[in-house]
Amino acid sequence: MVVNCERVWQEISNYLEGDIDENLRTAMDAHFARCNRCKSVLEGTRNVVQLYGDERMIDVPLGFSYRLQRRLEENAQPSRRGFLGWMVAATAAAMVVGGFEIARSSAFRRPDLRSQHAHPARGVPPEMMVVVSTAGKLFHASGCPFILDKTHVRTIAAREALNEGYAPCVRCMKKYLQADLDPGQATRS
Amino acid sequence: MPEQDISLNNPLDEASEGSLIRRVCSGEHAAFYELIRPYERRVYAAAFAITHNDADAEDVAQEAMLKAFKNLRQFRAESRFSTWLIQITVNEARMRRRKEHAHLVEPMVDSQDAEGNYVPRDFADWREIPSETLERKEIREKLAEALASLGEIYREVFVLRDMQHLSIEETAKALGISTASVKTRLLRARLMLRDLLAPGLGGAWSTRLNFAKGTKPW
Repeated sequence: MVVNCERVWQEISNYLEGDIDENLRTAMDAHFARCNRCKSVLEGTRNVVQLYGDERMIDVPLGFSYRLQRRLEENAQPSRRGFLGWMVAATAAAMVVGGFEIARSSAFRRPDLRSQHAHPARGVPPEMMVVVSTAGKLFHASGCPFILDKTHVRTIAAREALNEGYAPCVRCMKKYLQADLDPGQATRS
Repeated sequence: MPEQDISLNNPLDEASEGSLIRRVCSGEHAAFYELIRPYERRVYAAAFAITHNDADAEDVAQEAMLKAFKNLRQFRAESRFSTWLIQITVNEARMRRRKEHAHLVEPMVDSQDAEGNYVPRDFADWREIPSETLERKEIREKLAEALASLGEIYREVFVLRDMQHLSIEETAKALGISTASVKTRLLRARLMLRDLLAPGLGGAWSTRLNFAKGTKPW
């Protein structure tokens, strides 16, 4: 069997997959041995597959895992059939709306935190009003000098800020973060 | 005691996965995160391949995980859990895209499958590119840009097959297309990426890379 360049290009992907019959593979190997252009296409395509196949090419945003866990904790309730299911869902919804504590009592496990800066702000009172800015990533106490853009701010409850993905400012929210890390220390201070 | 057959497709992992699924279904919700944790990155990447936007991809990934949790009882072991999860993600991402781009006229998928065969444009000689190249953020960004410039039907297939290493059949199942379409689109995606990257990886970008022996690796 003899194959021309066009045929080689159309089969090059299958060749790399090992998804061609033996005769065609032999013919393509013979073609690559004498055709530099097709060899270049083969090597380039192989490079593409190898480079993109590397784990480093999948770039996940910082904090993705944590936010995912929190979303699961806050929203995940298994579906049930019939009235009982609706009751379970309604109870769960009431719990989510009614209190931030649902996140703490959830059965989902979080990994141990490696840094105070990664702290999930469980010590921040959920109904406390905080300030967030559209361009910022943190929520602040009113008047905090570290608010990113004071011209576009909203005042919302801490639990809403957390739901929207804002993290606590480690400066103005420091006492709540410390309180949650060490309840005794907060009482003493 | 007879030796355990280890020639099967990673039986321990599948068994553990099955066990986790049973635990979640019996009410042990904590096991769900253990179940999905290995697939977090894949789910995000699949969502990003379709939504093409960080924030949407993250939201879609979260929604997909929630749907998987809520519908876990419907999962049937004839497909792999990871494929099922990616399938949910793809559907969720497509729904999001339709919703957000409803005002645009969406091109017919079939018409995007260009007629005729793809002819490579660049025949520059590439040698093997070391994976260390990917340590450079600028290179990763160039690769991401090239991928982003592909038509969606090609990008979806390429991401699932070549970046997430799903099989041809799993890719077809996740996207709801035939294996023949997967193969055709994969070929085009690979050749287009090669053409897009050849000038840079063969020349312009490499001049700024310093390798130990002072020679270009390609």
